[in-house]
Amino acid sequence: MITLFAALAILAPTPAAETLAIRAEILHTQEGAPIKNGVVLIEDGKIKAVGTADQVTIPTGTRVLRAAVVTPGLIDARSTLGLTGIYNQQGHDQDQQDNGGAVQPELRAMDAYNPREALISYVRSYGITTVNTGHAAGSLMSGQTFVVKLHGRTPDADLVKSPSFVLATLGPGSLGRGPGTRAKQLSELRDIFRGAQRAAKAGTAKGQKADALQLVITKKIPLLVTAYTAQDIASALRLKKEFGFDMVLDGGAEATTMAAELKAAKVPVFIHPLMQRPYGEAQNVSYETPAKLQKLGISFAFTSGFEGYVPKVRVVLMEAAVAVANGLSDADALNGLTLGAAKLLGIEKRTGSLAVGKDADIALFDGDPFEYTSHCTATVIDGKVLWEGKR
Amino acid sequence: MLFALAAGLCLLAPQTEPVTVYENAVIYPVSGPKIERGVLVIRGNKIESVGAAGSVTIPADAKRVDLNGKVLIPGLVDTHSHVGGGDGADESSPIQPDAKVWEGIDVQNPDFIRAAAGGLTTINIMPGSGHLMSGQTLYAKNRKARTVEDLFILGENGWIYGGLKMANGTNPIGTPPFPGTRSKSAALIRQKFQEAKDYQKKWKDWEVKKEGEAPDRDPGLDAMVEALEGKRIVQHHTHRADDILAVLRLKQEFGLKVVLQHVSEGILVADEIAKTNTPCSIIVLDAPGGKLEAVNYSSETGRVLERQGVNVAIHTDDGITESRLFLRSAAYAVRGGMTESGALRALTLSGAEMLGLEKRVGSLEPGKDADFVVLSGSPFATRTRVLQTFVEGALRFDFNDPKMRVYAVGGPGAGHAVEPYLCCKGGN
Repeated sequence: MITLFAALAILAPTPAAETLAIRAEILHTQEGAPIKNGVVLIEDGKIKAVGTADQVTIPTGTRVLRAAVVTPGLIDARSTLGLTGIYNQQGHDQDQQDNGGAVQPELRAMDAYNPREALISYVRSYGITTVNTGHAAGSLMSGQTFVVKLHGRTPDADLVKSPSFVLATLGPGSLGRGPGTRAKQLSELRDIFRGAQRAAKAGTAKGQKADALQLVITKKIPLLVTAYTAQDIASALRLKKEFGFDMVLDGGAEATTMAAELKAAKVPVFIHPLMQRPYGEAQNVSYETPAKLQKLGISFAFTSGFEGYVPKVRVVLMEAAVAVANGLSDADALNGLTLGAAKLLGIEKRTGSLAVGKDADIALFDGDPFEYTSHCTATVIDGKVLWEGKR
Repeated sequence: MLFALAAGLCLLAPQTEPVTVYENAVIYPVSGPKIERGVLVIRGNKIESVGAAGSVTIPADAKRVDLNGKVLIPGLVDTHSHVGGGDGADESSPIQPDAKVWEGIDVQNPDFIRAAAGGLTTINIMPGSGHLMSGQTLYAKNRKARTVEDLFILGENGWIYGGLKMANGTNPIGTPPFPGTRSKSAALIRQKFQEAKDYQKKWKDWEVKKEGEAPDRDPGLDAMVEALEGKRIVQHHTHRADDILAVLRLKQEFGLKVVLQHVSEGILVADEIAKTNTPCSIIVLDAPGGKLEAVNYSSETGRVLERQGVNVAIHTDDGITESRLFLRSAAYAVRGGMTESGALRALTLSGAEMLGLEKRVGSLEPGKDADFVVLSGSPFATRTRVLQTFVEGALRFDFNDPKMRVYAVGGPGAGHAVEPYLCCKGGN
């Protein structure tokens, strides 16, 4: 029997390369000006050629998809997708927050990510191909995030980077789970990172928790700090100064009032969903924050965040559309959904733009992607057409 | 001297209301086709005329406003909202028709100016969905208000326009005295409507005979009798297909005027909805899920119901969706396949019909309230802004006024610390 299989393997011809071509009236490569009448040629999941229809020859027999507007596959820089499911049932599909302790930086996202969650294929049908997802901002250190392609196979097969961030939350978002005041939050985090510093020096870090903290303190990955108010953003920056780790700010409802400090500390922002409701610590959210951050020279990416009720997920493209309606240029918005987001996630060598050798992650639209009435007509991940229709 | 002069002028001048003419606008009257170079004449708080340039008589004393090609649409009608923090029924029982939402509304809440920033001029403010019957709703005019009475729309004999909020499915289910099953929900509500019918008959009999003492007044049953008489429209929260059918049965059994609210699985029973001629006020969401009944939410509900000939309105359910983005909700329904004209009607005239206010609001027609919105561009374009909102002729929101602009875009000074209504009794 074994011999038979071996024989078949020898006899079968090498399969032809899997190819796909995409023709676009307007092709946004994010590597230069948009191309009119552009073509992307894909072979075995990678981009083989990009250019105008005159420059790129499509081999005969290649499947061709056409669209009015084509962009790199969209990236959601911060989500809980795959950990928070459509049914919203505790104990069944809500794995974003464990209440066993306020400090659990060792909780890995890929151990809780359900690739067959219905909301994954849902957001994929809007052109989203890559997501930084993981635990929610519900306790002082709730866990980690990882970056995953939305194939919907297994977390291992779809993995881009794990872990991508260790999470911390300041302010009301985590008060009550562990520390009960802001001062106590800072004091506990200081203890945690002092311990990690000592362990790093002595080489004594041991166990999952310590390992996760070492990644941050030795600057292998950044700390992703969720903070909404200017006060809590200032606290985050104080910690960064004290310990010197890399940091990205998540939420950032009042980021524009802390612009000078964020810029000086080189801390980028994963901006809250633009349609987040204006109350509580997020009472000062503004549709204009992305436009203002852009003007102030602060890097940012768009996120879908976490939703506790209806709707259970946000579509990062539609959040960016609200920024476009409120002063952000189309080009800057697209950057915050593609190459800009990829750079902030450290995955820009693989995805985020359409360039030869990069992963073939591509979104197709029947019009301006930011128009509410346009549709995503196809989504391609690693050269595979995973959505075709009219969403 | 001044006083005398003023008094004299008053006597001399005819008692006319101020007239304003908005011209050179693209007008969507909703009751008729789009007018490319339109004119809208407002006298006092009413619309005097609307039509193409040249076809409308412009009064000599009119103040004239050139809109330079901007877009004019009727003030938006939101058939289901929770702005203003109003409440209704408490935890004491599942059926409380006596509770009036307006007695809990805070008119200082910035929800109202935010709603004006979204173009909303008429809002059905509802109590929650955690009860079979959570009380009387208020059809509010989004006027600048100092007291809740400033929001009222009054009918004959000072009747305060409003509906009766009901709900079935998951939300009202709980521990006794709340129902534990769907059957029990239906049984409890049937029993209560039967009680209301008996009460109605008792009063009718007494009014005919006038013998003995008048029966005791029951304000809750009075509201339910209004529902039985079709005066008070039942605004019924319902998601799942089987729950929608349960509402249709109740409607038929008691001859109620009912609007189906949310209708998440409406496409599964579109025929039944159409056959019973039941209007639907739908919510438009960015994604399904978040609760079991919304898992089968479809972005195509508007398209399917419209095609079946069902009267469709769209609502915000604010704070589930945001009043400032109400036009976006309709644009999203268009994305799901609804016609543009149907989607604009769903924000205006269809909503007015579902509140029984179609003679006053919902379209730009002579004699109707001067509720209208000035847009920077086409109603469903992403980059279109609400520039001005007028309620009964008065400017309610102006994007170019920095004090009001902050409520449209957000930022320090615009928000408030109060958590909005999401659902049910005391939270989710």
